[in-house]
Amino acid sequence: MVAVQETVERVRRIDVDQYRYGFETQIESDKAPKGLSEDTVRFISAKKNEPAWMLEWRLEAYRRWLTMTEPTWARVDYPKIDYQDIYYYAAPKPKKTLSSIDEIDPEILKTYEKLGIPLREVAILEGVEPPPGGPPSANRKIAVDAVFDSVSVATTFQKELKAAGVIFMPISEAIREHPELVQKYLGTVVPTSDNYFATLNSAVFSDGSFVYVPPGVRCPMELSTYFRINERNTGQFERTLIIADKGSYVSYLEGCTAPQRDENQLHAAVVELVTFDDAEIKYSTVQNWYPGNSEGKGGIYNFVTKRGDCRGKNSKISWTQVETGSAITWKYPSCILRGDNSSGEFYSIAISNGFQQVDSGTKMIHLGKNTSSRIISKGIAAGKSQNTYRGLVSAHRKATGARNYTACDSLLIGDKCGAHTVPYVEAKNSSATFEHEATTSKISEDVLFYCLQRGLSEQQAIGLVVNGFAKDVLQKLPMEFAVEAQKLISISLEGSVG
Amino acid sequence: MTLLEIQDLNVGVDSREIIRGLDLMVNAGEVHAIMGPNGSGKSTLSHVIAGKSGYEVTGGHILFRGEDLLEMEPNERAAKGVFLAFQYPVEIPGVTTMNFLRTALNALRKARGRGELSTPEFLKKVREVAGSLNITRDMLKRGVNVGFSGGEKKRNEVLQMALFEPSLCILDEIDSGLDIDALRIVASGINGLRSPERAMIVITHYQRLLHYIVPDYVHVMSKGRVVKSGGKELALELEACGYAQFETAA
Repeated sequence: MVAVQETVERVRRIDVDQYRYGFETQIESDKAPKGLSEDTVRFISAKKNEPAWMLEWRLEAYRRWLTMTEPTWARVDYPKIDYQDIYYYAAPKPKKTLSSIDEIDPEILKTYEKLGIPLREVAILEGVEPPPGGPPSANRKIAVDAVFDSVSVATTFQKELKAAGVIFMPISEAIREHPELVQKYLGTVVPTSDNYFATLNSAVFSDGSFVYVPPGVRCPMELSTYFRINERNTGQFERTLIIADKGSYVSYLEGCTAPQRDENQLHAAVVELVTFDDAEIKYSTVQNWYPGNSEGKGGIYNFVTKRGDCRGKNSKISWTQVETGSAITWKYPSCILRGDNSSGEFYSIAISNGFQQVDSGTKMIHLGKNTSSRIISKGIAAGKSQNTYRGLVSAHRKATGARNYTACDSLLIGDKCGAHTVPYVEAKNSSATFEHEATTSKISEDVLFYCLQRGLSEQQAIGLVVNGFAKDVLQKLPMEFAVEAQKLISISLEGSVG
Repeated sequence: MTLLEIQDLNVGVDSREIIRGLDLMVNAGEVHAIMGPNGSGKSTLSHVIAGKSGYEVTGGHILFRGEDLLEMEPNERAAKGVFLAFQYPVEIPGVTTMNFLRTALNALRKARGRGELSTPEFLKKVREVAGSLNITRDMLKRGVNVGFSGGEKKRNEVLQMALFEPSLCILDEIDSGLDIDALRIVASGINGLRSPERAMIVITHYQRLLHYIVPDYVHVMSKGRVVKSGGKELALELEACGYAQFETAA
């Protein structure tokens, strides 16, 4: 078949060098010396003016890390990482303390502008209220805690959040200002000993977000962070901790994109979520790190540990992720369903193109009675990429009435890519009801031709079909995010056809 | 004015000859019926005109308004005004019919140097045509052809044909899988689109369709070429005597 071959050729010629967000911002930075040692850990802790307990916590993690070995069970293949050849800390040099948005480095604002996100956000940052009667989505507020490289440079809407009693600040600040909260919860969901990358993060984490929503409070706005790696050769170690106290609700958006570069960049983030009785956290991510060039060089190594603990009765944690970037993705946002009647959700779109390797999925650990979980995973593989769903659903002996529904769908574009599904199911309680469905399909030449015959370009056709395929998950994203995510899906598959 | 000119067309699939020296001229305002037994190359012809991949054109050419159609991508051909109503329209899960229609219409308008339609203009247009084809709003909200009956799929094809304003419509077995009521609706939709500027090629197996869409010319295809052409009465002759007489002629 001539044309099938032609499509395949085009996929081969994929050029991810067109990576849209490949640019760098010129900002002076303040780096820790290269390499990892107790001194590095002390340097970071000192830079952050951390209390002694925090330094001790870090050092303990560091010592633990020295005894651990890098895991190899994931279906990802990458050259050995030299942990001594990495900078563990870089911060834009603070000229002065920022009291308003106008004081943010214009270079940084420009970066946001290039991302295409900013105008709306800048308006929000500047407190510009939409005109009354505007579209409902425009009226929704988003608070942005901008993490630029490793230091949070701007925190907004603090006043309104403060009035509601919500704490939303860089975790480095929370360590100083709310040590009792941080100390009480940090590392209780992802212990410092959890896994190689989480332990590394515990030792050297630079910054991240801290959120505490007090009992009975519905957070008045969606909380949002845009991450961006911007320093050559600098590992990025984000640490996020979100606590939703009894009967509270918060929706948190995390989005990121990174500039183009040759060296591989290590990224090992940890996110911990805790919900108490009747509380809910909705955590949405759009991940768009640099995926590497057309030869598969460069690109971010993304080893992320994300876990939520439904500690209270009737509590709920929902993860939604759109993963389009990174050379290597190693990421399993999970839920521990400890409270009775608690529920966990995982909605995922993972797109891989070029030489990207994705090994992602979730773990739903049912411990409490009548707990339920739902997993909807959509994997889209193009180019020469490998896309693996790896999931675990387990019911503890005492988890009477545990229920899970899992649906894993894979879509292949071209014939040089791979989609893999590795579901683990463990039920130690006979009353558990676990359902699993999986499909794998290809975008057929017939569907493409149909769309082309109706006037769409091949690019538009693929974007449309893939967005349709991923619709169930896209619908779970907050409105503004969903629109961006749809565009991102089309952009990230741009190299997959001519 | 000559819209479509096919000269000595030869097409193969996997080095097997399907079309062997086919000639066809279609002028604006004309309706041509192409009839023939299974395997005579009718559907292949429609696919080659629309630009489906997987076929190898080994000889001859296809001109559309004097331009070489074979040099164009399928979406360029669509923009020039070539529309193919599929025998088996595909399903596109998760993409609502409305979204698909709008994306396609705007892509076509853009390629034709016209601006995008505003949402109210678009909705008005779709609802007008959909109403005349008994297409419900519910159908427009569903995924493209997902869960549609055979008749609904064909009506959806005619809806697109009406919206996209093509100058050459190729209808590939539009009557297959239709009961008599559905056939009437589809045929009346198609007849409503007949105009002096527009030509149609109606590919069918059965004379039945041609009672509803009365052609100006009938061509009989056999073994990859047109073996007989005539007026609409040729279809009746075929109905009476079958294709067998032409099999030997080829």
